[in-house]
Amino acid sequence: MALNRIWVYAEATDGTVAPTTLELLSKARELAGTVEAVHGGDASDIAATLGEYGATKVYATGDLQDSLPGVPVASAVAKLIQDGDAPDLLLFATSYEGRDVAARLSVALDKPVITNNTDISVEGDDVIVTEPVFGGTKLVRTRFTTPAPNIALFRPKSFPAEPAGGGAAEVVTIEVPDHGTAKVKNRHVEETTGPKLDEADVVVSGGRGLGEAEKYQMIEELAKLLKGAPGASRAIVDAGWVPYSYQVGQTGKVVKPNVYIAAGISGATQHLVGMKGSKHIIAINKDPEAPIFSVADLGIVGDVHKVLPKLIEALQNR
Amino acid sequence: MNVVVCAKQIPDPAEPGKLEADNTLDRSGKLILDESDSYGVEMALQLVDAAGGGEVTLVSMAPNGETGGLRTALAMGADKAILVSDDALSGAGALDTAKVLAAAIKRAEPDLVLAGTESSDGYTGTVPEQIAALLGVSSITFAKHIEVDGDTVKVHRQTEAGYDEVETTTPAVVSVTAGVVEPRYPSFKGIMAAKSKPVEQLTLADLGIDPSTVGAAGAGQEIVSVEDAPEREAGEIVEDDGEGHAKIVAFLENLKVI
Repeated sequence: MALNRIWVYAEATDGTVAPTTLELLSKARELAGTVEAVHGGDASDIAATLGEYGATKVYATGDLQDSLPGVPVASAVAKLIQDGDAPDLLLFATSYEGRDVAARLSVALDKPVITNNTDISVEGDDVIVTEPVFGGTKLVRTRFTTPAPNIALFRPKSFPAEPAGGGAAEVVTIEVPDHGTAKVKNRHVEETTGPKLDEADVVVSGGRGLGEAEKYQMIEELAKLLKGAPGASRAIVDAGWVPYSYQVGQTGKVVKPNVYIAAGISGATQHLVGMKGSKHIIAINKDPEAPIFSVADLGIVGDVHKVLPKLIEALQNR
Repeated sequence: MNVVVCAKQIPDPAEPGKLEADNTLDRSGKLILDESDSYGVEMALQLVDAAGGGEVTLVSMAPNGETGGLRTALAMGADKAILVSDDALSGAGALDTAKVLAAAIKRAEPDLVLAGTESSDGYTGTVPEQIAALLGVSSITFAKHIEVDGDTVKVHRQTEAGYDEVETTTPAVVSVTAGVVEPRYPSFKGIMAAKSKPVEQLTLADLGIDPSTVGAAGAGQEIVSVEDAPEREAGEIVEDDGEGHAKIVAFLENLKVI
């Protein structure tokens, strides 16, 4: 174990720690003797969970007063590091918040940042991260060549989240030198029912092959029958058929359900990256050459407008 | 209002990607405008129009003085372009790219800088925020709607749960998601006009950047290996004979999902 101390950037919504944060804390415990968290916000209600997953301390900025986190959190962490309290490595999730903070921090510290990784190893004094490219067909391993602390970002579900059973993390409030001028004025939450897309056991996604927005109802119906979550390809999100929060893929959510059903999705790289880690994949597409069939365990070459209604009926009759 | 749009020129994503001997992406062939950046170009044209005037300047970094993708954006209606091309930039990381783009952007003195949230080839997704930090200006990422009212920038910012209304003041950097606007197709007139629009070609020396601080020499990272990812085992592919749905039901039963 060549690393002494790792900081994990902790994200949370309304007191619930993001699954990606728990995944990174779990992995960090394997790599370093001391794991600590950094949080943009008040950490008092997440300190117990962070501790349970191995963080002994959480450096928290306190309430950000509706600032976007990039500027305030990066300025606070940079100050901590420049004042001499530096970790060997900083881990972030490849998320909205994670990318903003990591990007600002990389400039403040003049350190490179490597995103979209799915694995990390420490070999001697080297920290090596693994990033899938070309739609996940190749794995690139990259070594940091600058002195610590370096910054690496990871895709969701890269590591299993396993509690370590530790006590609550000690909350250390850190100074925020710059709050920035970007302020959130209003928040809008799109209501969803059923399991969350990235936590569901079954995901049913629809794509352009559905033909028109109204046909997406079949996807929702099928997802409901299988107690799963409905998802979508980028094409139909861009077309405005469903909200962005449904998008599975490189620029959307990464899902790894037990069963993934792709209906009318050709399987662009952009989409495959987000779902090829699923345990079982079923694809329905009328084009036998569609790339989605290259990752399917069961592929039905056929018209979604014929197969889906029959499938829904068969499930309803059970 | 003057708007700079970061416009990346990338190898055609429809073609299989190739790597160079040093394991960097082969960018030697024809490059096209990254579709992710066409949204920024369209947004910029609309914002300048709404503001009653101003210029849209493209800023790009690409090898071999490549301008193919920039001509597409100029044909859409952008006024001019700045292209940074330098052999020393091969192997540049996200921070290096941001340093180069920020230096070029400064020359255009924009009120607003627009960029895609991430490129379609490297998809690091940090460059817009890094540019903002280097320029010392505010930033809002993942915009799905933008309005400029005087010196206030109002953005609907995509979130995990929905969207936030976020405001900041100019100058600012905003990264736009796909779908923020529908990019126009260049007209024949636009394509003809683009041929004579100015493209300023710059090197690192022109920008006063030391080549040893960016590109492979300054990236702070080194590719150790590139390996084939383990492939999924081939599955069962069947033609729907009217009973395709029964295959799916049996598959799900076998997994005890139903």
